[in-house]
Amino acid sequence: MDRTGGGGEATRATRSGIVPKTAEEIEAIRAAGRVVRRALNAMRDAIVPGLSTTADLERAAVEVISGAGAASAFLGYAPHGMPPYPAWTCISVNEEVVHGIPGRRVLHSGDVVSCDVGVVLNGYYADAASTFPVGEISPEVERLLSVTREALERAIGQARAGARVGDISHAIERHARRHGFSVVHDLVGHGVGRQLHEAPQIPNFGAAGTGPVLPEGATLAIEPMVNMGRKDVEALEDQWTIVTRDRTVSAHFEHTVAVTANGALVLTQGD
Amino acid sequence: MPPKRTYRGGGGSRRQAGKGRGGAQTGPRTRQAPAQEEGDKEQGIQVEGVVAENLPNAVFRVALQSGHEVLAHVSGKIRMHFIRILPGDRVLVELSPYDLTRGRILYRYK
Repeated sequence: MDRTGGGGEATRATRSGIVPKTAEEIEAIRAAGRVVRRALNAMRDAIVPGLSTTADLERAAVEVISGAGAASAFLGYAPHGMPPYPAWTCISVNEEVVHGIPGRRVLHSGDVVSCDVGVVLNGYYADAASTFPVGEISPEVERLLSVTREALERAIGQARAGARVGDISHAIERHARRHGFSVVHDLVGHGVGRQLHEAPQIPNFGAAGTGPVLPEGATLAIEPMVNMGRKDVEALEDQWTIVTRDRTVSAHFEHTVAVTANGALVLTQGD
Repeated sequence: MPPKRTYRGGGGSRRQAGKGRGGAQTGPRTRQAPAQEEGDKEQGIQVEGVVAENLPNAVFRVALQSGHEVLAHVSGKIRMHFIRILPGDRVLVELSPYDLTRGRILYRYK
């Protein structure tokens, strides 16, 4: 992951390292984003309470992604000091926040399952996530999901050329805290497009009016992670799976968006 | 897939918004990289590299553009200004003329 956002792109990058994309590039990212959304839909449809495992959801996503001639952006991804990520998607159940590795865990009614999909198609990356309910869930968990989804919507509403990263961060934190939930501090949203992770980092907390200014054409993965309990998280033994330290439920919604002069275009939308 | 937050470069963090260490970074950040010939105290070979790993005692393993790896300390000037160096940062390293696997980090590029 090159934090400056693309080696030979020095002339295009802003001082903060954000690389604005051309209209053609944004369309290429949108094409990848459509595959991401189709994969997420397939994962949602594969949920059978008490029967399906996270590996079943993974299989549904793999079918869509490979069928579209795309590849997973996560498989083999190995940031410094980490073992390569072993699956196509991240599937995190209940207290698992993100980076859950698909396996034999069975989904039961009352669980929530966070699916995160990143796809690379013709060299361009898109990244999105949703937390799905399994069967009937408690009203409190239901509320966590809608607050997290609303936080993402509000954050996207802040993204326009000239706004700052802190405006997005603040919108997420404010909405989550107002409803009595906490946001994860240790993981961030990010620029996306020519690589899976580009500048800037987009924390889910912070002060409005601070941080890098967003140029027109910036493409961002905005991803609030909201915990029912406290904000602290830790990694499990596999080094990837992040869980809440107090083992309370966590929700995660993410879209890839493109910044324009008068708002943001969501690139990981349905067909 | 959300990456781990590193403490520099994120937008809107409280630390950046406030005073203190974050503020102290802004001075040297805007400055130009030191020129190749910098007075008569110059003795080592200056090369650019990328920090691969931070080790104890403010020592860093730096991968040079030439492909070599050196252990580098941090210069006094960088220490004085609390410039944080993280894996992945591009840095200017002065190699020791006595031991080419040792050096001193003179500058962290933005």
